[in-house]
Amino acid sequence: MLLSLIFRNAFRHKLRTLLTVVGLTVAVLAFGLLSTVVEAWYAGAEGASNARLVVRNAISLVFPLPLTYRQKIRQIEGVRGITTANWFGGIYKEPKNFFPQFAVEASSYLDLYPEYLLSEAERKDFQRDRKGAIVGEKLAATYGFKVGDTVTLKGTIYPGQWEFVIRGIYNGRDAKTDVSQMLFHWDYLNETMKIRIPRRANQIGVYVVEVADPSRVAEISRIIDNEFKNSNAETLSETEKAFQLGFVSMTEAIVVAIRLVSYLVIFIILAVMANTMAMTVRERTAEYATLKALGFGPRFVLLLIYGESLAIAALGGALGIALTFPVAVAFGNAMGTLFKVFAVSGATVALQAACALAVGFISALVPAYRAARVNIVAGLRSIG
Amino acid sequence: MSEPLISLHNIVKSYRRGQQTVPVLSGVTFDIAAGEFLALMGPSGSGKSTLLNLIAGIDRPDSGQLIVAGEDIGRLPEAALADWRARHVGFIFQFYNLLPVLSALENVELPLLLKDMPRRERRERAELALSMVGLSDRLDHAPSELSGGQQQRVAIARALITDPTLIVADEPTGDLDRESANDVLRLMQRLNDEIGKTIIMVTHDSRAAGHAHAIMHLEKGELSGREEVGK
Repeated sequence: MLLSLIFRNAFRHKLRTLLTVVGLTVAVLAFGLLSTVVEAWYAGAEGASNARLVVRNAISLVFPLPLTYRQKIRQIEGVRGITTANWFGGIYKEPKNFFPQFAVEASSYLDLYPEYLLSEAERKDFQRDRKGAIVGEKLAATYGFKVGDTVTLKGTIYPGQWEFVIRGIYNGRDAKTDVSQMLFHWDYLNETMKIRIPRRANQIGVYVVEVADPSRVAEISRIIDNEFKNSNAETLSETEKAFQLGFVSMTEAIVVAIRLVSYLVIFIILAVMANTMAMTVRERTAEYATLKALGFGPRFVLLLIYGESLAIAALGGALGIALTFPVAVAFGNAMGTLFKVFAVSGATVALQAACALAVGFISALVPAYRAARVNIVAGLRSIG
Repeated sequence: MSEPLISLHNIVKSYRRGQQTVPVLSGVTFDIAAGEFLALMGPSGSGKSTLLNLIAGIDRPDSGQLIVAGEDIGRLPEAALADWRARHVGFIFQFYNLLPVLSALENVELPLLLKDMPRRERRERAELALSMVGLSDRLDHAPSELSGGQQQRVAIARALITDPTLIVADEPTGDLDRESANDVLRLMQRLNDEIGKTIIMVTHDSRAAGHAHAIMHLEKGELSGREEVGK
């Protein structure tokens, strides 16, 4: 009977409760979506390996490294594998169609990235064709790329029109793997540059180094950087994770702003819900006084009010969480390849649930306290 | 002579209104025997409702001794007083004070939640109480689906359900038409006559008071007389 009383009270003013539930649903949904955006921001770093080092020019990523460093790095004790990658920055049809493109050393790159899953036949086709490229499944789905398609990019860093033939579509080993990239032959880039702008040939954007023993990454990164100290192009070696987080930190202010907004949304709905509960309790003062007159203690009154508040919060929270999944899918699709991974995590769902329940609990605090302490004689005189 | 059920000795009660202290009861002393049906009458502000609230244990005197059903209720801590009310007092209010989201049956059943009683037994007792007030055919009706008189009869059933030592009624007919008021008063009279319930009723209406055994008159916080009602 107590539960029945709580639920009937919760839906006594159907419109008011409905509006509060809708508000909570929207707030929890917005919170979940914004949290997912923040997580997506860090997704690249989350999926990065601690056993891989990225070696770049110490001055800036904008400056390349000489091709000759490859052999020197490979010979360092503890280095198991090495490959190269150059950021291409081409435009596909229109500038808004952004996706990452890398010119990579085709013979070794996939060996260092086992998380990119490609069939053996596609791998061979890619490696055989100097104009060949492979694309992640998300990128292929976004632009409808199929194996055999010719894709033309307009170079920005490397001027001119560049044609590629899709030779494979790779999948990710897990949800954290970036499947929104395009990889093509560095040889194609280099040979073309030799003809178009010879002084920019034989240059490497970054070396990716696989360390045999992950516990030695710090030591090996120091050895690499020492090797090229006082050269024309000093290096800065860091783990792939640190390298990715370096990019994220450039946009830290945006991430902080998104986080703030997400909590602000919850705070606003807390104020709305607290107002709803305050109105509700004020209207029912005579009922709580009656219950107390009949012999029910303050704890029973607290239970009724908290129960009602938590029931409304749980309903709004559950709807908000349920809606987060389809909305996140639609949002992720709308964002195309902007986010490498866009999926609602368990931690986000747990935070949404915690926020909804916190709203239910905090909003009832003051009204419940007042109702529990209501003076029976004064309460019986009050008119709701 | 047997012990009175209610014994008030030199009861003083005042309220604060802003900076001012307003005296309401000034040294009221009287006894009420078990099984009595007493009407409290007096002009507005005479202190009759305050006196009823004190006897019912929902308010406390400033000083004096107030013994009801063998307990000095003026000295009971809050939780013990709530427990005492649940065991000894049945309430009938002017505006019925039923919970609008509960049916007639559930409203009557409500006080039994405080007893350690299985649901089926609670239901049976509530049905019995409603049949006693002539509402067997209105068990599942919400208060809003009942007339004022019927709502007051549900409230009487709720007051009866725990078999309390006394029933207090504050203007029980104040919101009813003459016919419904008579029904309610006759019902209260039956409770007193047939079950022997002690009833204390506050009323402005001398015709309502005429259903009681005795009428206690209050004026400016003091008892101005007791009048036995001739049957």
